[in-house]
Amino acid sequence: MKCKDLLRMLNDYVDGDLDPGLCQEFEKHFAGCNPCRVVVDTIRRTIRVYQGAQLCEIPLDFRKRLHASLREKWKQLRSKKD
Amino acid sequence: MQTAFLSALEHLGEFREEASFSTWITQIAANAALKVLRKKRGLPVAAAPAAGEDEGGDIPHPEFIADWRGDPARLVEDRELQRILGGAIDELPENHRLVFVLRDVAGKSVEETAEALGISRANVKVRLLRARLALREKLTRVFGDEDRRQVRAHRHEGDDRKATPAGELLRRYREDEGGAP
Repeated sequence: MKCKDLLRMLNDYVDGDLDPGLCQEFEKHFAGCNPCRVVVDTIRRTIRVYQGAQLCEIPLDFRKRLHASLREKWKQLRSKKD
Repeated sequence: MQTAFLSALEHLGEFREEASFSTWITQIAANAALKVLRKKRGLPVAAAPAAGEDEGGDIPHPEFIADWRGDPARLVEDRELQRILGGAIDELPENHRLVFVLRDVAGKSVEETAEALGISRANVKVRLLRARLALREKLTRVFGDEDRRQVRAHRHEGDDRKATPAGELLRRYREDEGGAP
């Protein structure tokens, strides 16, 4: 496996969607190619750091009121249809 | 995001039963996010990818390859970090940013993302790969340990662009903020 092939299958590998045979190819490649190992590691960290980040937190109070009014509207719509 | 939900309330009557509620609200949130972003001024405007780029083509090769100093995931409460993450994501082309936010931040599946944005699954995958690589590149320039940078040539021949030194992005953001150290 070449670096370019690895790059193309990177998403499936990181998301755990790659078949076990190809995963082994990845591991073999990493043994001889530290830059690729670092790229995969830092891609994973990039995803994790964004998953942990509160990019657009809705205040709790607002969220509660929003959910309540959505439920209310939803009920009204359902009853109109019935 | 608040705007998105308010807009959702206003348009609740238009909700079609054949579309799932979460898909529908995701579309509205994505549209609202785009509107807000368009209104923002002074941000670097990321060019839309060239036609055909999302179907395949050459995937940009990682340039700045270094282990990170520590784990920024532990610092997610840090406001400076929030700003760096927000800045990096703002610089992505709009359609790459939406795919990244829906897939990796909101945790939507490839199918859900494709449906919400009205694009193919293959497009979702290519855009996600490009977004992840671009964000990795930006964040490594901030968090990468210069002493542990992989100096071995790991690029295509003829590519002699110089990488921005680690910390340069961080410095720039701090300057934008008003010169705080």
